[in-house]
Amino acid sequence: MKIHEYQGKQILKKFGVTVPRGIHCTTVDDAVKAAETLGGKVWVVKAQIHAGGRGKGGGVKVATSLEKVREYASQILGMQLITHQTGPEGQKVRNLLIEEGADIQHEYYVAALTDRATQSVAMMASYEGGMDIEEVAHKTPEKIVKVFINPLVGLTDEQALTLAKGMGMNEASIPQCVQTLKNLYTCYMETDASLAEINPLIHEADGTVKALDAKFNFDSNALFRQPEIVAMRDLDEEDADEIEASKFDLAYISLDGNIGCLVNGAGLAMATMDTIKLFGAEPANFLDVGGGATTEKVTEAFKIMLKNPKVKGILVNIFGGIMRCDTIATGVVAAAKETHLSVPLVVRMKGTNEDLGKQILKDSGLPIISADSMAEAATKIVEAVK
Amino acid sequence: MSILINKNTRIITQGITGKTGQFHTEKCQEYANGKECFVAGVNPKKAGEKIFDIPIYGSVKEAAAETGATVSVIYVPPAGAAAAIWEAVEADLDLAICITEGIPVRDMLMVRNKMKEKEAKGGKKTLLLGPNCPGLITPDEVKIGIMPGHIHRKGRIGVVSRSGTLTYEAVGQLTELGLGQSSAVGIGGDPINGLKHIDVMKMFNDDPDTDAVIMIGEIGGPDEAEAAQWCKANMKKPIVGFIAGVTAPAGKRMGHAGALISGGADTADAKLAIMEECGFKVTRNPSEMAKLLKAML
Repeated sequence: MKIHEYQGKQILKKFGVTVPRGIHCTTVDDAVKAAETLGGKVWVVKAQIHAGGRGKGGGVKVATSLEKVREYASQILGMQLITHQTGPEGQKVRNLLIEEGADIQHEYYVAALTDRATQSVAMMASYEGGMDIEEVAHKTPEKIVKVFINPLVGLTDEQALTLAKGMGMNEASIPQCVQTLKNLYTCYMETDASLAEINPLIHEADGTVKALDAKFNFDSNALFRQPEIVAMRDLDEEDADEIEASKFDLAYISLDGNIGCLVNGAGLAMATMDTIKLFGAEPANFLDVGGGATTEKVTEAFKIMLKNPKVKGILVNIFGGIMRCDTIATGVVAAAKETHLSVPLVVRMKGTNEDLGKQILKDSGLPIISADSMAEAATKIVEAVK
Repeated sequence: MSILINKNTRIITQGITGKTGQFHTEKCQEYANGKECFVAGVNPKKAGEKIFDIPIYGSVKEAAAETGATVSVIYVPPAGAAAAIWEAVEADLDLAICITEGIPVRDMLMVRNKMKEKEAKGGKKTLLLGPNCPGLITPDEVKIGIMPGHIHRKGRIGVVSRSGTLTYEAVGQLTELGLGQSSAVGIGGDPINGLKHIDVMKMFNDDPDTDAVIMIGEIGGPDEAEAAQWCKANMKKPIVGFIAGVTAPAGKRMGHAGALISGGADTADAKLAIMEECGFKVTRNPSEMAKLLKAML
């Protein structure tokens, strides 16, 4: 689960990381009021969307007067902000963060994430802040310093110092930097984050270390014990169909192709998508109905897939294990009838009660195309939508 | 022979009294030697009772001491599952198999590091399979987990995969072509887990009753590449490899918590390339995994 920058900064602040003073708002008038409340002569008007690259896309502006704050807030609020992470249609800006200006002496990079290979928490830092870290990692990997933190021990003083010195932190700011890193680690663990990134972390002329941005990702498995994080969820920033699917315990992700697919199991669902591509078409979605699919679940899955106007055909691929093929077949027939299915449907069923399932499909009188293997199913659906 | 489990394995079920635990314990009992293999259940509140004729004990330690069981299977719900794993480890079992899906990553980080710390201090090493896995099966001997038993046949092909249904797909194809399986192992779809591809490949390599292996992976993480590098230098048996997720977009979690592309090296294309370079027969068509393997025998 992702959150906005302003929410990320609230969390950082709670854990003792210094952030600029700022106010979240949703209207132009409130943006101007926020700037007045903050005082000073320089403000930053920042678009709040769940995607990076906002600055390059025109979503972050520095204002030197209240008139400019008004001008920029009007420009940014409501715009379709396009960044390398939003896709070509962009993301509508509904929220702003108005912040006091910062006295940036240098921009650094810091992040914490879970490292699968070492089964520890990796903390990374770099002198090259403010840039795309993937690019830094690719071009100049030596400019990134990394430590692996044993979660039974936590971030040690020695490791924090290695990071602070490794990122070339301003000498006078090192003690505060060490404390910032330790606070960031505590924050990462206690909020069940899967990514906590500060890019840039800066030092000001007086030596103060400050987080100018905050990007968080949270482990969805742990949300049941993080009510404060769940309260920060902004459904406007998420795909409406994915939200709808999650209500029925379906794992759904929309993609760009025109073949809808409904599969049980995440691995098999990906393999089905790959097979569709291999035979010359593109999948319209990833959809895992899970192990305990019922008629209702299958019907909901069909409805969600068919909401996508690009879908020109559907491929159902079920490996019946505990879930029996006849149960799924009954569900598919009911779903096809209820949704008045008008696009070609290919069903491939294997496993428990396979013959019974095929018979149910046949007896339904619906124009369902049957297939024995994934490859055959993909060939048939690709042919049918031509 | 087989890997990890056989008809003489004695098993404790943690979470035996829950809905999922009950359902699958009954299925596992019905399969092959299951009645003899599943000897104990654990639930502190129901110690002394029985379920399907299986005695329930108050703790894993007690169940192991009373029955001589060395393996446990865990169906405990996510919030308590990591603690259940630790209980199996503290009881010095040989193997804990965690079926539970949805365990917080932080809990897994903690328990994995506690396990490593225990080993480093000279304590007994308990292997962990999973979490978020279908379990494993040695056909005609014993099934521990949620896979459909009837699709398997006894034989000489090993199967290892992160995905449940994709394991069944490979097993189903093999059985259709008349190729039985020595053992089929689901290592699970979570980012922080126990046994990895490399560990299972080592076991199949050492198993005299395994002739060839189908190794199935998916996007996300370094495990398949690591296994491939090991196989290049050590594996004496033919391997067919498949990676799911060529069409998966970067940065999106594809159902499994661990199936997420986060860099350049963990895409399906990158993994397929490394596996091919390491001598695997790789395919982009998951319908022909067994056919390809048969041609190599």
